[in-house]
Amino acid sequence: MDKTFDLIIIGAGPSGLAASVYASRYKLEHLIFGMEDGGQMNEIHQIENWPGNISISGRELVGNFISHVENYGVKINHESVVNLKKIADERFEVETSRGKYVARSVILAMGAEYRRMNIPGEKEFIGKGVSYCATCDAMFFKDKTVAVIGGGNSAAVVALELADFADKVYLIYHGNKLTAEPVWMEKMADSAKITKVDDTGVLEIKGEEKVEKIILDKPHEDKTFLKVDGVFIEIGSEPGVELARKLGIETDDGNYIKVNADQSTSLPGIFAAGDITTGSNKFRQVLTAASEGAIASSSAYKFVKLK
Amino acid sequence: MALEFTDQNFDQEVLKSDLPVLVDFWAPWCGPCQMMGPIIDELAKDMGGKVKVGKLNVDENSGVSQRYSIMSIPNMKVFKGGQMVKDFVGVQNIDTLKEELGKL
Repeated sequence: MDKTFDLIIIGAGPSGLAASVYASRYKLEHLIFGMEDGGQMNEIHQIENWPGNISISGRELVGNFISHVENYGVKINHESVVNLKKIADERFEVETSRGKYVARSVILAMGAEYRRMNIPGEKEFIGKGVSYCATCDAMFFKDKTVAVIGGGNSAAVVALELADFADKVYLIYHGNKLTAEPVWMEKMADSAKITKVDDTGVLEIKGEEKVEKIILDKPHEDKTFLKVDGVFIEIGSEPGVELARKLGIETDDGNYIKVNADQSTSLPGIFAAGDITTGSNKFRQVLTAASEGAIASSSAYKFVKLK
Repeated sequence: MALEFTDQNFDQEVLKSDLPVLVDFWAPWCGPCQMMGPIIDELAKDMGGKVKVGKLNVDENSGVSQRYSIMSIPNMKVFKGGQMVKDFVGVQNIDTLKEELGKL
């Protein structure tokens, strides 16, 4: 009989890593699987709302999280999880690209992926001007003109980051109001490089070898297109719930896993944490993801050890 | 460990290589590139003998980066017989890369 672990954590973003730290302190024998150490944190230029660090780069914070996890002797397994099933009461089998592992409880912390626009030209120009990661690609647009699509916090942060390099930044969004934190709004108002294009949608991305222009659904300064060298898409994220579906776990209309206050799901023994859940009022922050991970580990501990 | 490619050794090490070569275009400021680092090293170890695997820092090697119009990283390009035969933009998982390299 293969070894049975107390807990398997799937996902190595802030929620999965925080869950691992708490699991180690609860002495839960556990594994953590993740393809991307730190998950979406890697793509954040500066984090200014993680208490204890006035301003820290996403990458640096990832390093801190990983050292904390490894401090307890836990290593992240870079194996992709392909299947998850219940094989008996309190026995779940996690199948990865390299093997099968059994645990008495599981925390689903796979987070979310960028939402795509699904417009013509988007897919074709990935790597040729279309980007979902300003931290990675802003440097390639030095003295160029770029568009940021989106009206939320991440779009504002990306527009500001790009303004450090690009010559001109269009921020294009639906509706008349941005929903970014007032701190970011003030910084944007101070930037002469950022032009807001409100109440406007983007229909198509066009070019020959690389992005040359975007087609708008209504005119801006009398033209229905903007000449740009790059397009940064920041319209939120979609939860990665394929594995949860295989177990028949309940999700809401937006495909987020429904969780209770203790991060339990509709299937006893399976917990969920971070951007993949309906928890924390869907406030997508490193802070809330980490706190859900902590609660999930505490609940897994009660489920495995205290019953 | 993965090899290090530069503007100086690119033609010799990559374009004139007898083996297929995977080049990981990366930069120190890019979080997801850092994330790929250990995956590329693991790939180098596992594919040794069949495929040459190395990294190219776009910040220090603008010649090659411009030649291949790099606009998004991490970007992994595979070269065979001096020609680019595969192109992966964004973070990739090791199993996908192995499978694709296995087909060469």
